[in-house]
Amino acid sequence: MFERKQFSTIAAVAAIAGLAAVAPAKAEDTVKVGLILPMTGGQASTGKQIENAIKLYMQQKGDTVAGKKIEIILKDDAAIPDKTKTAAQELIVNDKVNFIAGFGVTPAALAAAPLATQAKIPEVVMAAGTSIITERSPYIVRTSFTLAQSSTIIADWAVKNGIKKVATLTSDYAPGNDALNFFKQNFTAGGGEVVEEVKTPLANPDFAPFLQRMKDAKPDAIFVFVPAGQGGNFMKQYAERGLDKAGIKVIGPGDVTDDDLLNNMGDAVLGTVTAHLYSAAHPSQMNKDFVAAYKKAYGTRPGFMAVSGYDGIHLIYEALKKTGGDTDGTKLIEAMKGQKWESPRGPISIDPETRDIVQNIYIRKVEKVDGELYNVEFATFEAVKDLGKTKK
Amino acid sequence: MTSILTNLFDGVAYGMLLFVLACGLAVTLGLMNFVNLAHGAFAMAGGYVCMVLVNRMGWPFFAALPLAFVSAAAIGIVLERLLYRHLYARSHLDQVLFTIGLTFMSVAAVDYIQGSSRVFINLPAALQGQFDLFGVGIGRYRLMIIVICGLLTIGLQMVLAKTRFGSRLRAAVDDPRAASGLGINVPQVFAFTFAFGCGLAGLGGALSAEILGLDPYFPLKFMIYFLIVVTVGGSSSITGPFLASLLLGIGDVAGKYYVPKMGPFVIYTMMIVILIWRPNGLFGRTAAR
Repeated sequence: MFERKQFSTIAAVAAIAGLAAVAPAKAEDTVKVGLILPMTGGQASTGKQIENAIKLYMQQKGDTVAGKKIEIILKDDAAIPDKTKTAAQELIVNDKVNFIAGFGVTPAALAAAPLATQAKIPEVVMAAGTSIITERSPYIVRTSFTLAQSSTIIADWAVKNGIKKVATLTSDYAPGNDALNFFKQNFTAGGGEVVEEVKTPLANPDFAPFLQRMKDAKPDAIFVFVPAGQGGNFMKQYAERGLDKAGIKVIGPGDVTDDDLLNNMGDAVLGTVTAHLYSAAHPSQMNKDFVAAYKKAYGTRPGFMAVSGYDGIHLIYEALKKTGGDTDGTKLIEAMKGQKWESPRGPISIDPETRDIVQNIYIRKVEKVDGELYNVEFATFEAVKDLGKTKK
Repeated sequence: MTSILTNLFDGVAYGMLLFVLACGLAVTLGLMNFVNLAHGAFAMAGGYVCMVLVNRMGWPFFAALPLAFVSAAAIGIVLERLLYRHLYARSHLDQVLFTIGLTFMSVAAVDYIQGSSRVFINLPAALQGQFDLFGVGIGRYRLMIIVICGLLTIGLQMVLAKTRFGSRLRAAVDDPRAASGLGINVPQVFAFTFAFGCGLAGLGGALSAEILGLDPYFPLKFMIYFLIVVTVGGSSSITGPFLASLLLGIGDVAGKYYVPKMGPFVIYTMMIVILIWRPNGLFGRTAAR
């Protein structure tokens, strides 16, 4: 299904590194970005999407900005925080990188945070979605999303659209708990009732008993958050158990209908309503071009992880433009604050206060478009900040 | 009341699936005294073969299932002849190190060839959904699993207890030297048994893709479940692992349904209690080796 294409990058990176070594006079003109991603392990699809998107961006915009050559050094942490830390240390001490970026899961982003503070270099978080991350270092900036953003929005939408009783099914780890708590808070404040609350273990083989419990609770909808990858299994078993026929809808943050897997989930997923930052079916011209270029290069559809990586490298480019190529970490992070741009997902900006992303959250419904399953956007909540922080 | 029956049904289906996946391990561990932690790799191989045949080549699901068995068994027999047989006489630690290495290699190989995303097998419409039987929701796919696995279990028990091959196998296990003295080709019997166990795992892998999910990390994720089945059931017969699988399947489903907060622990608690009560498993022989 997916060809392994990262070897070519590694080869390219190695070649660039080789060139730099041959011509030491040029080293001054190179900006190094240490990219730490899960390229193996259960989260590998996240890593691959981000890497693909960054390569695509650099092909489109060139690898030189403000007179500096951008060099990407990729390290695989397999989403294990200890490895993230080691990789970040190596990149900062040995390779003397000017940025660290990537971070597939929350614990990985947190593990690198003290190093970013110490080394005074920007840490660009391109995937991990727990609210607290950007509070752990003044050098952290995020281009992905927070779970609070999508979970509160879907709660507000559900209340307004006649969903009164909801059963929740969330994975039992930090992002799952974030999703659950923010959803519950807005949903109950709006007059909704959570009739059943189930936390599934992260390594969960079979959803059957949990789904049976959901079915017997007879809610109007199930609020679901499971990590990317488990969404397909969940949706299949949801249909197998006949919950769709019992009139129980699925709502949630868009992770469950990630574009990366959506098309393989089967028609059971039709009609699922989610709130999320990005859909490959987003109707802007910029997104159409982005999707077409990504498909052409990698043969698959970009998901929200790809777009987060694409925006992450864009932010690095823009920061360097603003500093005129100055690689002082503090100046770079200052340059990133308040940046605003048009992304394939829509208009986004970096909150100057929290260094977290401000973006539109779209309500989407899974529909068939040209024989393929897509999240089709039908309502927009504009410029949503991370509510996980604004409360404090 | 109906939800109790539905849960019981789901539990039996889950248990049956565990049994097909793990019974090959019970055979190699119990009968051949070989610790094969790479067992899940054969299950994964079967699952991926089935997926490629059904999704990419358009084979019907029921035609691809036997192929999942055959291909996993074929890989099993090749590896047995090339690698495993050299380790039969080695210590258990050597066997563990060897097979865990093989597991990691299989994970990396599948990740390289097929990518790390989870894959699904396209099922025929006849196997999708649920129907009501006196108010009890019966999943079609799970019913098929129970039928296939039930027949397999009966067949296996018959072969082991009633056929000439069964008695040869039992003789070869009980006393390999005496058995070969009687003219039984012990290495051949072992090779065949090993391949058959791998084939069963392959079939289990193909069947489990829909319920457990199939990705390159399958062998690592489910290794613990296989080992629980074998330790709880005892490894001297296949009745033990069978009953253990059912017990664990029903226990796991019921635990997750009735006490969802404690759900994940139920299966482990059951294991600990049973092993304190009977350290050699439900049907283990005392200090066999």
